[in-house]
Amino acid sequence: MIESQTPALQISQLSKTYGDHFEALKGIDLRVESGDFFALLGPNGAGKSTTIGIICSLVRKSSGSVSVFGHDIDADFANAKRYIGVVPQEFNFNQFEQPIDILVNQAGYYGIGRRVALERAERYLKQLGLWERRWEPSRTLSGGMKRRLMIARALIHEPKLLILDEPTAGVDIELRRSMWEFLCDINQRGTTIILTTHYLEEAESLCRNVAIIDHGKIVQNTSVKALIKQLSVETFVLDTRDELVSAPEVEGYRIAHTDSHSLEVEVVSGQTINPLFAALAEQAIEVLSMRNKTNRLEELFISMVEKKLPETAA
Amino acid sequence: MNRNEIWIAFATIVTREVRRFLRIWPQTLIPPVITIVLYFLIFGNLIGGRIGEMAGLPYIQFVAPGLIMMSVITNSYSNVVSSFYGSKFQRNIEELLVSPTPNIVILLGYVVGGMTRGLGIGVIVTLLSLYFADFSIHNVPVTISIVLLTSMLFSIAGLLNAIFADSFDDISIVPTFILTPLTYLGGVFYSTQLLSDFWANVALINPILYVVNTFRYGFSGVTDINIWWSFAMVGLSITVLFSITLRQLEQGSRLRS
Repeated sequence: MIESQTPALQISQLSKTYGDHFEALKGIDLRVESGDFFALLGPNGAGKSTTIGIICSLVRKSSGSVSVFGHDIDADFANAKRYIGVVPQEFNFNQFEQPIDILVNQAGYYGIGRRVALERAERYLKQLGLWERRWEPSRTLSGGMKRRLMIARALIHEPKLLILDEPTAGVDIELRRSMWEFLCDINQRGTTIILTTHYLEEAESLCRNVAIIDHGKIVQNTSVKALIKQLSVETFVLDTRDELVSAPEVEGYRIAHTDSHSLEVEVVSGQTINPLFAALAEQAIEVLSMRNKTNRLEELFISMVEKKLPETAA
Repeated sequence: MNRNEIWIAFATIVTREVRRFLRIWPQTLIPPVITIVLYFLIFGNLIGGRIGEMAGLPYIQFVAPGLIMMSVITNSYSNVVSSFYGSKFQRNIEELLVSPTPNIVILLGYVVGGMTRGLGIGVIVTLLSLYFADFSIHNVPVTISIVLLTSMLFSIAGLLNAIFADSFDDISIVPTFILTPLTYLGGVFYSTQLLSDFWANVALINPILYVVNTFRYGFSGVTDINIWWSFAMVGLSITVLFSITLRQLEQGSRLRS
């Protein structure tokens, strides 16, 4: 009961300076509730991996505090580490070892005996589609398999907080979807998940809450729904049956002619699109399909980061 | 972690280390055996026969303990330095660093892994040496304790080298430019009684001289130096290197950003 009331992760005034000058983190505060599926977003070099590195003690913080389910990572590091499972961005397992050994060894580092470790290894390798390859040197696995192996390894000690740094980078769409299902499943069974990703569709589909980090500062920390509501304009791409030479005029909508068979229409938040289709039908323009130009979260993310740039450049 | 969990973590590291050097046995077990057989053939049988006695012993009996100890030193050192640096290079050392395994357990796990290889090679070389020379053990406790301590000392030294290493060049510099010359000048092939007083005194700063002579004493009862002084030197060296290595692991410098 105590664990469910205590935040899964509490970060206070966390800062990290590399060398004498480069401030990767500038005193960030972050709270992730137990059971959450949380996205940590930000452009390259924003401080996401540094934050994750500090949480799992691969990076030494300059100041601030981090606690995991109430256990401070400095004062009570052994218990804090038990709660964390981490899937890093880069492959970091021994490429010459077999998947089964990688998992059993990792369990051993957490003090889990071989019998229990083998049972868990079998379960996770089967769930992640790696059981048939368990005796093969891990260097022979495909990129997607290696990534799944790192997920299995992170889960072998059954952590309550799973941190994934770009888990689906370079993974094909089908596999990405199956990994999403797997992550949703373990989240529903109680594991708190923190995810960094460049696929903002991923964050929008999976996560309930989100923090956007940029230049070492948290610029937004809210629910995904609340964040999407902030989006004032959405751009839709319409594919037309017939060739168009210019953009049609429709009152109340900004329409751009992008190529001979497609239009881009900006729709303000709260505005309906029925009149648009009625107007296009009057002008004998038949629409075959419609889609968002970019992911909604991506539009918002870009606008936030772009707004931030002049300030940080000054 | 409780005692049982700590034991499991320690056993996991040691088992992984032993399996590593057994998996790559053509690189780890065969070359040192071939090297030592060649030493016995050349220095023992071919040249040794013409040298006659050294410090009152037939030359082959004089060099045999030194050659065995040389194998133990180089294999203990190279096992840990290559394994730990390999883990740093592939970044799988992070598997341990993110876990609750205490740093002292990481240190002891790697050191015992190195000792297992060093002592294993030592046993193989000792058995091979029986083919070339007849000898018995003069003092079993001294022989066993000095070989254990020496293996431990050089395993720790290998770990410290690996922690500081930033490239594969860095892990070959110490064995090539420090360990090998010290071994060759450490009384493996000659008695310091052959040296002038000045060079005999200079030789006393070489730690390998102490372990080789003490090991030789264990076999034959012959030594150039006081064996108790030797034990004190080895014990002190282990204490100092162990403390420095543990401090490096605790601070995480060269391992954590």
